[in-house]
Amino acid sequence: MKRVTTRPAPPSPIGESVPRRDGVAKVTGAARFTSDLSVPGMAWAKIVRSPYPHARIRSVDTSAARALPGVIAAVSAADLADVEIYYGHALADHPLIADGVVRYVGEAVVGIVAEDAATADEAVALVLIDYEPLPVVITVEAALADGAPIIHEREAAQRPHRGFEEEIERDHPNVCSLSTQSYGDIDDAFDGAHLVVEGDFRYPISYAYAMEPYTAIAEWSDGGLTVWSSCQHPFMVREDLANCFSLPQSRVRVIVPFVGGGYGSKSYTKIEPLTAALALRAGRPVKLALSIDESILTTRGDGAFIHIASAFDADGRLRGRRAEIALDTGAYAENSPLVGRKAANRIAGPYRIPAVEVTCRVIYTNTAPASSFRGFGAPQGNFAAESQMDEAAEKLGLDPLEIRRRNVVAPGEALWPGVRGMDADLDADLGLVAEALDWWTPPAAGHGRAIAISASDAGSEPVTTSLVRISADGSVTVTVGSTEIGQGSSTVLAQIAAAEMGVPLDRVQLLQSDTSAVSYDRSTGASRTTTLVGLAIQSAAADARAQLLDAARDALANGGAVEPAPGGVLVDGVHHDWGAVVRAWFAGAGGEIVGRGYVRKAGTTQAMPSFWEIGCVGVEVSVDEATGQIWVKHLVTVGDVGCAINPQLVESQDLGAAIMGFGMAMREELVYTPDGNLLSGNLVEYRVPRAGDIPPFTSILAERGDGVGVYGAKGGGEGSLNPVAAAIANAVQRATGVRLRQAPFTPERVWRALQERDAGG
Amino acid sequence: MSEIVELNLAVNGRSRTVLVEPRETLADVLRERLGLTGLKVSCDVQVCGACTVLVDGLAVSACTYLAVDAGDHEVLTVEGLARDGELSPLQQAFIDVAAFQCGFCTPGMLMAATALLSDNPAPTREEVVAGIDGNLCRCTGYVPIIEAVLAAAAARTASRPDR
Repeated sequence: MKRVTTRPAPPSPIGESVPRRDGVAKVTGAARFTSDLSVPGMAWAKIVRSPYPHARIRSVDTSAARALPGVIAAVSAADLADVEIYYGHALADHPLIADGVVRYVGEAVVGIVAEDAATADEAVALVLIDYEPLPVVITVEAALADGAPIIHEREAAQRPHRGFEEEIERDHPNVCSLSTQSYGDIDDAFDGAHLVVEGDFRYPISYAYAMEPYTAIAEWSDGGLTVWSSCQHPFMVREDLANCFSLPQSRVRVIVPFVGGGYGSKSYTKIEPLTAALALRAGRPVKLALSIDESILTTRGDGAFIHIASAFDADGRLRGRRAEIALDTGAYAENSPLVGRKAANRIAGPYRIPAVEVTCRVIYTNTAPASSFRGFGAPQGNFAAESQMDEAAEKLGLDPLEIRRRNVVAPGEALWPGVRGMDADLDADLGLVAEALDWWTPPAAGHGRAIAISASDAGSEPVTTSLVRISADGSVTVTVGSTEIGQGSSTVLAQIAAAEMGVPLDRVQLLQSDTSAVSYDRSTGASRTTTLVGLAIQSAAADARAQLLDAARDALANGGAVEPAPGGVLVDGVHHDWGAVVRAWFAGAGGEIVGRGYVRKAGTTQAMPSFWEIGCVGVEVSVDEATGQIWVKHLVTVGDVGCAINPQLVESQDLGAAIMGFGMAMREELVYTPDGNLLSGNLVEYRVPRAGDIPPFTSILAERGDGVGVYGAKGGGEGSLNPVAAAIANAVQRATGVRLRQAPFTPERVWRALQERDAGG
Repeated sequence: MSEIVELNLAVNGRSRTVLVEPRETLADVLRERLGLTGLKVSCDVQVCGACTVLVDGLAVSACTYLAVDAGDHEVLTVEGLARDGELSPLQQAFIDVAAFQCGFCTPGMLMAATALLSDNPAPTREEVVAGIDGNLCRCTGYVPIIEAVLAAAAARTASRPDR
């Protein structure tokens, strides 16, 4: 790991790779995930799923299933008249269980609850459902064709406060949302151009593969609901559950144990409403633990078809960019409207472009629903846009590094009107990657190198809170609503609290993700936690220190001078630690001082986005021309994170993100048949990277203190995924002359492209 | 209902007797009947390695291994790696280099690497990669895991120069 640091030195233990605080639990098997939990009296649920991609449900007969010994309940939509069964993040279009119509193969139709999982499984086979097949739409092209079957006849309500300030636009019954991004005089930009490059690109339907499948346990008691779930955003799940079951949010408790991977796929509400409905009807606590194959059918990533044109001056400066993006969201909106909004924003890249006109349609098809996935619309558009930067460089006779350097915005410069200025030094980041790739020395024969870069409007919404509680022994308990999904927030946030309170790290306990025990956080996603939750902790710690100073004046000073000191106060020059202050102020047994921290869209966190997340990667590749196999020989990432609170964890995030991008560039794809069946819906055929696939890796951390967060930090962990596909495609082009326009770049696709090249195509 | 059979296992050095149905997997029995939830079930088709445990020292996928086939054999799970509260060198190396993020693959990864190091106490990097190639990790990009296994091997070699 190389660290390039121009920021001031932060207080200990900031910037130190302290060991992860969940380490012993995770290496001994003691870490409890939702899938490991059981509740006394708990029953097990299994789901009857649709074999049809689009069908009306004529009848459901559960009598044989109910008659099986050990079966407690068999629940379909007809049994849930007292429940608001429609939920969804952006649009409430998703019934928690099929409501008279199924819209994809794998949709839940009946939920079985039994004494044990095996009995529930047996009962699944006994449910008789009579379907009337309907015409199907599997591709985005078919969805917009004349006379296309309409997938949603029912009008879905837009949910408030879900990231859309405006009403979601739609221009076709199968368009779930239409987002546009437009500024400058686009016609002038293209009319006066020296060069226009134009083309089509395809990005695959992907699957995040969080290794822990979706799992939830629901228990009703005294009119309230408790749900344990492997989810990223417990407070949003709480809101959706409150809505479904007409409960005050305060009567819904969502607890998130350790989470076995998320990557955006556990953002928002998934199986929690269904699990709670089954528990309600069964009158028992219920656990619903999906398999991985069922998880693939629950949420996938948005595939994309992109038409893009970029206009350049003779010196390689961008004049304008037009793009039409079609995202395949499958049967339900989930969070794809926001993915579409972000895809429209992000396809312009980190460049100064005078005129941009982008439309992004999120389109319904009869396939499994798509939603958030690491990168959130960025990888799809970046593949197209960064491929085009290299095409332009080649046509203009420019170095691909140089054309990027001529176009990236300067620090402080806004990418489009009204947004936060660029909080990164992109030119310097490009230079770091080039240096690591040995850019200026020609590669070996048959090798190609490329650099690609992205900028994402990140951080989601700046809405979060924290409490910092100082006990009578001076130890510190911090509560935040943010979820530890493996990214290391339980370590990093504790480091921030220790630094801010001036106490050793082992005096800090962090409590996360129990909506009845901790204060609110909007979400764990968009790389926002270190930056925004970190600010909330800093603010709560400052509040606690101010209260402690007052308490010391009140109870310890005796007219003497009180001043702040590390880990406590000085009274007439004598140090009293926080515990002594708490004990003196309460003048009795125990006591606790509680500091509050709020982050909202105001002050330093008013400008949006909260920060720009940068992806800047380089690769060197060679291609086996006989087989079409691409070999990545070197992968370089820059983590431009402002201040790495824990460098080891930042590096691990960058590598993990880049390898996920590598997987989708090289091999990962969910493939649907024309009749709506998923061909690669399992871990045998959906091939994620293995240890033997990993290329040599160079990690660089750029720490310039330019983020809005604590000590100049800003988010990381998604950026290094976004440009990987374009970098590999561009490097393959430099190695072979072949331009790849469809990811993943499987050996077959590469081999065919090489054949076309050799045929003079 | 299936028949019930009595199964005797030595799990993490302790002899255990459980009543199981012949159809139950070793993963089911360890997790649901013996409360050893360290091993994880993910892909359920012997691809991901999250359910790896050792049977008589051999790494197996407990998700597709019938519990009855482990009868009268020695089973080692991640809960059995630490001795008297002291982490194994491999467990410690995983912590030292942060060879995990979410931790869901970690128990299986540790067991696969334990089997590797037991067969080959001083593996090369390539041998480590081959040894864990049947265990998926979606978080780390594998590099820290490979480093951890190499570090554990080096620590063991250093502490036992005779081997």
